[in-house]
Amino acid sequence: MAFSEAAHSTAKTVLSGADLQRVVDRIAHQILERTQGATGTVLLGIPTRGAPLAHRIADRIHAFERVRVPVGVVDVTLYRDDLRSQAPRALGPTQLPPGGIDGQRVILVDDVLFRGRTARAALDALRDLGRPAAVQLAVLVDRGHRELPIRADYVGKNLPTALAEQVRVSLAETDGTDSVAIVPEPPE
Amino acid sequence: MNRHLLSAADLDAAGATEVLDTAAELANVTGREVKKLPTLRGRTVVNLFYEDSTRTRISFEAAAKRLSADVINFSAKGSSVAKGESLKDTALTLQAMGADAVVVRHSAAGAPHRLAHWLDGSVLNAGDGTNEHPTQALLDAYTIRSRLGRLSGLTVAVVGDILHSRVAHSNARLLHTLGAKVVLVGPPTLMPVGVGAWPVSFSYDLDAVLPEADVVMMLRVQQERMADSYFPTVREYARHYGLDSRRAARLAEHAIVMAPGPIIRGMEIAPEVADSARSTIVEQVANGVSVRMAVLYLLLGGGRQ
Repeated sequence: MAFSEAAHSTAKTVLSGADLQRVVDRIAHQILERTQGATGTVLLGIPTRGAPLAHRIADRIHAFERVRVPVGVVDVTLYRDDLRSQAPRALGPTQLPPGGIDGQRVILVDDVLFRGRTARAALDALRDLGRPAAVQLAVLVDRGHRELPIRADYVGKNLPTALAEQVRVSLAETDGTDSVAIVPEPPE
Repeated sequence: MNRHLLSAADLDAAGATEVLDTAAELANVTGREVKKLPTLRGRTVVNLFYEDSTRTRISFEAAAKRLSADVINFSAKGSSVAKGESLKDTALTLQAMGADAVVVRHSAAGAPHRLAHWLDGSVLNAGDGTNEHPTQALLDAYTIRSRLGRLSGLTVAVVGDILHSRVAHSNARLLHTLGAKVVLVGPPTLMPVGVGAWPVSFSYDLDAVLPEADVVMMLRVQQERMADSYFPTVREYARHYGLDSRRAARLAEHAIVMAPGPIIRGMEIAPEVADSARSTIVEQVANGVSVRMAVLYLLLGGGRQ
């Protein structure tokens, strides 16, 4: 995604690279705490930025408690309910860990929780991929404006936003740098 | 992607690559326990087949059903077409039934193009006479890419009845678009007039072409389309243009052998070659479903712009 100069200058940084790292650390700690050591747990990132986030959380969990949590990706494009509102989207990869997800506690990982439609699509996708023992949701940013009865179990940062604003999450793996910013108007 | 898929020439390199990439993701669905996606729920796909076909029709049907579309199969035998209904009237009937896409196979070249003018939905050419069969070319390209890792720079020999082969026509266009070098090989009587103007080279000598080929695609001799005799005997044809194990041994180590099917063992391809590790014949059928899912998704999955 190309940054336009105007949009870039008015973007307000909410999390710096160091802040983002601390937030990921905290989510990793919370997962360890709430799952009693993250056994029987699988992290599934939702492309694009949920995938690297899931790997980062898994790496931090390993650093803290020497537990290797299996990581996968689940693309939800084919399960979206808004496909007909735009041109066909390119598909992302779906890759489950070798052990699958049956009987596991699956934690879905995404960058931004907004209307809740992506999370709903992910729940539908999971139903076709196996039968997890439980499903939880971890997000870096919860920006509000839910349209479905969905909430996250692990939230990096609650970010009150206006509907017209955009939350831009950048990660080193996908964008070359770590930050979270609010952009007032959708860039042209 | 355009609204229709009528010809392999409709796709540029980026568009064709998009289809192949999408197919690669959709192929994973085939390995799952639940082989179904909700993506085309509520859409209707009509299979309109004026010519006999097993694998293409079943492949399209499986593809549409895996994406949760409703499928209506319409074959000309035993329908109003047998009573004399025209293509246009049949098309308008399908339109009135709310078809979002029509997959059409017809013995006349250009029939899908005519259909595209009459219908609001998408038209997919599943083979029109000796003209084009674009989804076969896409699944061939997909199979080559998944076996050999790339398409650009490869030499693909298409061998046999080039004259009557819509598969050869579509493959020549698509593989050229994707950067492969296509060599058409066959007896002079089965080489189309004006082949010099195609973006391909051609040869009458299979043995000369084999050592440099990365891919050999063996076409069936379509006797049902032949009013005249194009070669003296089947045995003589097989001797000059059949791929037996002696010829297969002259292929490069990595080279693969493809056939769009149905194959006639002992004529264009020997049984031991068709069943060898080089052969992708069964893979091509499986890949056909993934590629057709990709095409249906890209044509019907989004909103109309």
